[in-house]
Amino acid sequence: MATQEEILEGLAEIVNEIAGIPTEDVQLDKSFTDDLDVDSLSMVEVVVAAEERFDVKIPDDEVKNLKTVGDAVNYIVANS
Amino acid sequence: MTSDSRTVVVTGIGAFTPLGADAASTWEGLVAGRSGVSLLEEEWAEDLPVRIAARTAVDPGEVLPRPLARKLDRSAQFAVIAAREAWADAGFTASATEEGSPVAPERLGAVVASGIGGVTTLLDQYDVLKEKGVRRVSPHTVPMLMPNSPAANVGLEVGARAGVHTPVSACASGAEAIGYAIEMIRTGRADVVVAGGTEAAIHPLPIVAFANMMAMSKNNEHPQEASRPYDKARDGFVLGEGAGVVVLESAEHAAARGARVYCEAVGQGLSSDAHHIAQPEPTGSGVARAIAQLLESSDVDPAEIVHVNAHATSTPQGDTAEIKALRRVLGDHLDHIAISATKSMTGHLLGGAGGIETVATVLALHHRVAPPTINVDDLDPEVDADIVIGEPRALPAEGRLTALNNSFGFGGHNVVLAFRTV
Repeated sequence: MATQEEILEGLAEIVNEIAGIPTEDVQLDKSFTDDLDVDSLSMVEVVVAAEERFDVKIPDDEVKNLKTVGDAVNYIVANS
Repeated sequence: MTSDSRTVVVTGIGAFTPLGADAASTWEGLVAGRSGVSLLEEEWAEDLPVRIAARTAVDPGEVLPRPLARKLDRSAQFAVIAAREAWADAGFTASATEEGSPVAPERLGAVVASGIGGVTTLLDQYDVLKEKGVRRVSPHTVPMLMPNSPAANVGLEVGARAGVHTPVSACASGAEAIGYAIEMIRTGRADVVVAGGTEAAIHPLPIVAFANMMAMSKNNEHPQEASRPYDKARDGFVLGEGAGVVVLESAEHAAARGARVYCEAVGQGLSSDAHHIAQPEPTGSGVARAIAQLLESSDVDPAEIVHVNAHATSTPQGDTAEIKALRRVLGDHLDHIAISATKSMTGHLLGGAGGIETVATVLALHHRVAPPTINVDDLDPEVDADIVIGEPRALPAEGRLTALNNSFGFGGHNVVLAFRTV
């Protein structure tokens, strides 16, 4: 199972690929929409990429609760 | 001056075409008589009846940042690149929504069209659905494939809030967009409009579909000679891709901000054939009515017309029908009009054609040079007109010059745009 650090690193690569944000700027306290230029459509892409990478299911209802990178990391740690 | 008689001028141009990544290199290629057509090297093209096309000279992925490019259909990528160039060329440095913009966003429009929209996105995402499943279909699919996507993305880019529009009329779409933009300014809805056409349809399905209509050249052995308008051996059009965009502006607004003016966008003539869904009316009567309507609705003087950028796609019927129409309306004036078929070099960009050919027409007036028509080895005797063959030709160095840009589309749409030196 991936560690919190590995998950953060993986999410940073995904956000970089989708939104072009440098990986070092993707930190736990950053908001996807406000800080990382990930709009609601791109968030769907982030979620799908994270599901594949970390072998986890993130239901559509859950996505709205993932406001920050930390929220996503915590969800993946708890559910993978 | 009443609000419905406002003079409209061209203050910016941009192009992303098979001949170059901007308007200057495209013009250079046109004047040099260079063909942008080549053999398709992709594996999917191997068994197709048509294996030639005119790809853009540069891949749009090399120009646009990846996060933006991946959210845009290829047709919108072309449009955004050409619109950025035209916007900067017109002297604008930022979105109209930024403070200090010389044009208010509420006075700025965008009208960009294509013939068949985001067709490659639609087909590619259907492949994703079948091969990788529901979850992998991009959430950007709908905003990418909708036909108004290039217009909407250009509108976002420049900050247009007076209206964003997409008139769709197959291969006349780009010209109709520019005509619509001229009217937006003339009727007072906007002071500045970014307008043009784009197309990205080089994909096996559209190629096979057009080929099965017997509309395309099958000259796979000699790609650069396949697009040959007015030549006796012409056997159909060659598909091209790219975009051409202009910035149109009320003369008053352009003068107030000291903008450089390329020429006047005088007006347009429109008609429809009611003849056949895909075949041109063989006597050219619909086209003739569009030209006649232009002359009736504007102050274009036939004696001042020196150049026509013809629709001339290299199909047996269409090329001659257009010449017959020009002769019918313009009579002996046609003898002093230099006619160029630039599709001989760029291929046929469908909805993008009106965009890049407007850019070519504007530059022909600006430089007072008519670009050549290449591959005319044996002029069809039915072409009773002065075709600029092989080499560019100087237009009169003095006096006011008018040029026309013709675009016609499946469905029987006829659009004639008129431009004039200032």
